[in-house]
Amino acid sequence: MSLLTEVGSPAASRPHFPELFTQGHALLGFVLLVYPALASDFFVTQIGAYSLIVGLIALSLMVLAGYGGMVSMAQITIAGAAAYVVAILGDNNSGVHGLGWSWWIVVPVAAGSASVLSAIFGWIAVRTEGIYTIMITLAIATACFYFTQQNYALFNGFPGYSGLRAPTVLGVYWRDPQPFYYLCLTVAAIGYVAVLYAARSTFGLTLQAIRDNPRRMRAIGFDVTAHKVFAWWLAGLLAGVAGVLLAWFNGRVSPGTIAVAPAINILVVAVIGGLRHPIGPFVGALVVVVIQTFAIDIVGAERFNTLIGLFFLVIVFISPDGILGLWARYGPHPERDGKTSG
Amino acid sequence: MSDNADQGRQALIGSGTGGGLTLRQVRTLFWLIVAAALAWLFIARWPEWLDGLLISKKAFLSAILNGLTLAGLYFLVASGFTLVFGLMRNVNLAHGSLYLLGAYIGYEVATVTGVWLLGVAAGFVVLAVVGLVMQILIFRRLEGDDLRQTLVTIGISIVAADLMLAVWSGSTYQISPPDWLQGAVKLPFATAYRSNGSVIYLTYPFYRLVVFAAAVAIGLGLWLMLNRTRIGMMIRAGVDDRAMLAASGKNVHLIFATVFAIGAGLAGFAGVVGGSALSVAPGEDVRYLLASLVVVIVGGMGSVTGAAIGALIIGLSEQIGLVYFPTYGVVLTFVIMVVTLSIRPQGLMGRAR
Repeated sequence: MSLLTEVGSPAASRPHFPELFTQGHALLGFVLLVYPALASDFFVTQIGAYSLIVGLIALSLMVLAGYGGMVSMAQITIAGAAAYVVAILGDNNSGVHGLGWSWWIVVPVAAGSASVLSAIFGWIAVRTEGIYTIMITLAIATACFYFTQQNYALFNGFPGYSGLRAPTVLGVYWRDPQPFYYLCLTVAAIGYVAVLYAARSTFGLTLQAIRDNPRRMRAIGFDVTAHKVFAWWLAGLLAGVAGVLLAWFNGRVSPGTIAVAPAINILVVAVIGGLRHPIGPFVGALVVVVIQTFAIDIVGAERFNTLIGLFFLVIVFISPDGILGLWARYGPHPERDGKTSG
Repeated sequence: MSDNADQGRQALIGSGTGGGLTLRQVRTLFWLIVAAALAWLFIARWPEWLDGLLISKKAFLSAILNGLTLAGLYFLVASGFTLVFGLMRNVNLAHGSLYLLGAYIGYEVATVTGVWLLGVAAGFVVLAVVGLVMQILIFRRLEGDDLRQTLVTIGISIVAADLMLAVWSGSTYQISPPDWLQGAVKLPFATAYRSNGSVIYLTYPFYRLVVFAAAVAIGLGLWLMLNRTRIGMMIRAGVDDRAMLAASGKNVHLIFATVFAIGAGLAGFAGVVGGSALSVAPGEDVRYLLASLVVVIVGGMGSVTGAAIGALIIGLSEQIGLVYFPTYGVVLTFVIMVVTLSIRPQGLMGRAR
């Protein structure tokens, strides 16, 4: 990479941040903006908005796994924490807590506490390396699931909270299909751009260097643990915001929201999409949500998990980089076709 | 440096007694005191204040015995998990599914033949074969790629859970152990005293004691196999340095396949035995996967002794938590894991890498 920069013109080899936004992005943005005009409410909410929310949670995993080399199974737990904060501080109709605070206090507090929780998880998980992270975060996620199920004082146990409502601001009820879709789209776009930007920042580059060789980075004098924990905090912020949207989308939050199956689902989404680029999680989310929604028509009854599991196995076997990897291999290649190899 | 510290400590401790205690002796003394205190709790007639503190002697003893039974089950499941991980760096997240599948197969065989022991044997053998097939068909192709192996096991666990739900539905099964294993035994621990002076002894299900005994026996067997046989030597060598073992001309794939078969077989065995003590239902796979993860994280990855210690700690704390602070029992498990990680990230018996 550094060799290339010296040989070719600097701008061509490592694009600056604004140059990352290509015609592809413009086209994608246009399609996403006009999508609600063409689709029914069901497609706008259940496919569109839901894919964006799941994609956002998977994006937080992609940040940790792709840039930090830490595969976390606890991202849905962090999103769920934000959803629980929304339920406890905001309104719910379960008759427990529901302090009724306004949305502009609840949302920052929810996302903030989720990010702090994420940093704590990270601080525990970074004590070990590599494949151990998956085990520890899975253990944390499962323990949290059992805890929320047993604890009635704070989490209202098995039923959890229901009757969570998105706020009405500027005369718009934000859970109506189209406003909610655009809300999710805006948040997802901000998250996507922020991740692209962060990956190019000094912090992002340091994090990737730590992923590749922690010992060397430690020797140079970087605080490896602090960088990793900060990455967890940032990922927690993404997951936390997504958790707020998830709470409004479902209108409820219960231990089932953060059970092991959804936790695995987020990993499946991120891996199917690809962990190399922030667009991957959204691609994966769209594919998985579409399969989950329509598998019932294909395999009948309730066997859609088998279908998703098999699809996941095939992807893992043939393409470690998910759909993005397949695209890189078989899709159009402007650089490769246009230039000779540099 | 540590020698100096040791001597310093010796001087400190020894100055009063004159004889001089080594650190090792202090440790032994500590564990002796703990053992004596436990023995006293089991045998002695409890004073009032202790009853007030720990609810009742009966509750306490039952919690301990239940904890031991659970620890036995956890050990059976986790020992295979830790061996596979230590040798192949393969985090088998489908290990809980192996447990559940073993339980279902044991149930079917025991119901059809009417012989419980056949069910137990079938649980072990069928799952050992399943493990062998998994190793040969899947994991061998992905060797050296930890993350992909782990992802594949996740995929397998999703499909397996769904297919088992399709075959055995969501209902709860109970495998009934044979008559000679059922019933309760009177243990020589007094729980209460009647006013006329007669003593009420603790009764406990015989089968649960058998489960614990079986776990101990299998643990001993594993230890003997690992430390006294040729294949055990190869396995230990593989855990320490896989590349070196392969370089010295051993058939690594044979060893991997053996270990995977034993690990999966033990999970299946535990499934039948555990399914007879508790019950078989969807969701048990996740429970035992979590237990294996925590046991192995606490005990140290790749160490069978560590799995035994971790299983004891987690099993006991879970049952004691259940009795004394019901809603926070899981948190106790979690706290133990976090404390272990912050003091010894490699686990109690694990080696620093």
